[in-house]
Amino acid sequence: MPDVKEVIVRVKRQVSPKGTPYWEEFALPWRPAMNVIICLRDIAENPVTREGKKTTPISYDSNCLEEVCGSCAMLINGKARMACSALVDKLEKPILLEPFSKFPVVRDLAVDRQFMFESLKRVKGWIPIDGTYDLGEGPRMAPETQEKAYPLARCISCGSCLEVCPQVNDNNKFIGAAIISQVRLFNMHPTGAMHAKERIAALMEPGGIQDCANAQNCVKACPKDIPLTESLAEMNRQAWKQALVGWLIG
Amino acid sequence: MRQPKIIVVGGGLAGLMATIRVAEAGVPVDLFSIVPVKRSHSVCAQGGINAAKNQKGEGDTTWKHFDDTIYGGDFLANQPLVKRMCEAAPGIIDLLDRMGVMFNRTSEGLLDYRRFGGTLYHRTAFAGATTGQQLLYALDEQVRRHEAEDRVKKYEGQTFLSAVIDESGVCRGICAMDLRSMEVKTYPADAVIFCTGGIGAIFGRSTNSVVCTGSAQSALFQQGVDYANGEFIQVHPTAIPGEDKLRLMSESARGEGGRVWVPKNPADTRPARSVPEGERFYFLEEWYPKYGNLVPRDIATRAIHRIVYQEKLGIQGQAAVYLDVTHIPREALDRKLEGILEIYEKFLGIDPREEPMKVFPAMHYTMGGIWVNAEDQATNVPGIFAAGECEYQYHGANRLGANSLVSCIFGGGLAGPAAVKYARSLEKGAESISSGVYDNERKRQEDKNQALISPDGTENPMTIWRELGEVMTEHVTVTRINKDLQAADAKIRELLERYGRINLSDRTRWSNQTLNFARELGNMLVLARVVTLGALQRNESRGAHYKPDFPERDDANWLKTTRAKWVSGEISLSYEPVDISQIPPRARRYDAAK
Repeated sequence: MPDVKEVIVRVKRQVSPKGTPYWEEFALPWRPAMNVIICLRDIAENPVTREGKKTTPISYDSNCLEEVCGSCAMLINGKARMACSALVDKLEKPILLEPFSKFPVVRDLAVDRQFMFESLKRVKGWIPIDGTYDLGEGPRMAPETQEKAYPLARCISCGSCLEVCPQVNDNNKFIGAAIISQVRLFNMHPTGAMHAKERIAALMEPGGIQDCANAQNCVKACPKDIPLTESLAEMNRQAWKQALVGWLIG
Repeated sequence: MRQPKIIVVGGGLAGLMATIRVAEAGVPVDLFSIVPVKRSHSVCAQGGINAAKNQKGEGDTTWKHFDDTIYGGDFLANQPLVKRMCEAAPGIIDLLDRMGVMFNRTSEGLLDYRRFGGTLYHRTAFAGATTGQQLLYALDEQVRRHEAEDRVKKYEGQTFLSAVIDESGVCRGICAMDLRSMEVKTYPADAVIFCTGGIGAIFGRSTNSVVCTGSAQSALFQQGVDYANGEFIQVHPTAIPGEDKLRLMSESARGEGGRVWVPKNPADTRPARSVPEGERFYFLEEWYPKYGNLVPRDIATRAIHRIVYQEKLGIQGQAAVYLDVTHIPREALDRKLEGILEIYEKFLGIDPREEPMKVFPAMHYTMGGIWVNAEDQATNVPGIFAAGECEYQYHGANRLGANSLVSCIFGGGLAGPAAVKYARSLEKGAESISSGVYDNERKRQEDKNQALISPDGTENPMTIWRELGEVMTEHVTVTRINKDLQAADAKIRELLERYGRINLSDRTRWSNQTLNFARELGNMLVLARVVTLGALQRNESRGAHYKPDFPERDDANWLKTTRAKWVSGEISLSYEPVDISQIPPRARRYDAAK
């Protein structure tokens, strides 16, 4: 095919959580404004490898396709990023797709990130309202506080910060920057602040904030530019303060 | 007293709100969702949520919100529930605020409000330009709290296949498939609330998320749950074209002062910013002086189509117009619109603070949906309730911007207690139903899977889906012509026939996304016919439904709700009167104050 530009995509595949990983290579016709999701859809419509072998479509998670749902995170050319916003023209070829390595693989590029949602439970990641019945307006808040808190509230639970963190590994279940930053968010809210102590206590349990080794990979990998290292520093301060007060009171 | 059990299907705004309300009533809830609920499509809502709080001293009232909504919907919505929704909206904002939503604030620390389409008031509360995401997260957190305290059990990664309906026609639970093990199982319940969102995937590409297929609605329809006003599909005027998705560029861009224009000379090749003011055609401002860039979506979409297809004034001959925010100070853009400008920047590599954006209309919202009653979100099948975008109640022939979030939360909040009340009123609960009822339904669904997976077909589901999207987008969106609608229906029937010869390229039994998609596709095809036939029958123009051959609204013949029924395997349309008890219909025009 001389006048059709090709995009070569190599995918690390795995049929099940216990399966052995293997690679398959695909040659796709290039089109303008392609992203990695379009590549995966093209493969689904014609699941044939570059060598002409029939295969199965690739399993992967996706939903919003505009980088706000957090589903389609994977390793693209070795980097943790969202497949929907990974534009083919800006990627080095061949394009290498792999599942995240710090989460159990479900199949192919789909991984299980339930750990993050369980962690949100552990740290009591909510504002404990009395009920949904009418209790009037919420607390007033300075615009300055909102402007600080809102960027933290944009965390999409994609797991990129855990994927790049050296402290998340087989021997260590570090809770990760995303969750710690969420605790900071809830502790900033006037009602949330009333229950700051129990969240901080949860962060001081095994796998908590003390496991952060300050590698600072998280902040670079975050697709939403959340100031994660700032959150880690702030929560570290709050944890030390709480520990110290606890120690002084005995 | 017998403890009832409720199932909620769908974990977007409506589903989460329904779940919270059921849990608060002390009744256990099983919450089913295809994706982890925090990844639901509600995250894509951008601009804000409406409530007549009158926080800018403009004399706004809930009645005016109600009137704007009815007028914007071209009088097709039943009025009593819409009125109740608008009255409840300020309380909903308070609740969300208490839940910790990081709404933008004024210098006094109060919530800030901006303007949106179809109103002259600052009525829209917002959290940057990711309001849906922020609202969904707040409700997700409340549900997580109920989950941690054992009132809610989540079944994420499960897709709904069918309702379990007993011999007397009462819903007794659901049948669902685990998307990893592919296991088909039934789950008993005394009432089921469906909050399964829009049907964008039927149009191939839209602003909707991947899971918005309408599959659940269609499955229910084929089990006897009526579907109303299917032909009313909102096409949003401003989206970024893309091959996988048409990404929304929120109305809030215009609410904050963004302007839509084209060069007066379509051959003008200068960069947008070098086109002098006098050589620009701000067609919305010129044609609709009162509302300008903030006319309702159906009006703006048709205006853009007219500019591109009739006036041939698309930018350099392309199907595109400019959406321009470059005159707004950068600081204000970053504070109020960052979320959407970032999308444009990431996906196109162009900074919209410097360069006007190129946009075009895209299928966006499903006004029609599961038929529900005028009191409490109950469908015509006992035990089945519906709330959110999947039902038809609140938006008539056209939804106003920032009304969807409020209708999801109001509807979900209404459905929860209604389902509890219904479940408690039952003499016999699901536990007294014979296991045969459940076994039969499971078997029926397993057989469907088996038929799809058996290796004798030739048709690729992705190809059928692409063809469906093409025909629906071409003939069943902005402009509708009867002979084209007939051709579209013939095409869908052809696709249904080819669907019978489907060939799955994946026949494995673990995490088989191809099988799940094939199941959804079958349901999409049926629902596509409901939309198309509804459009074909309705010989008038009303809200988003526009027929050049019948350009006027025809209240004498068509001030009616379309009600589709499934009668012995065929779609049957009937019509019922609209409740106009509060505001008598009047002509709808946006070139002058109403």
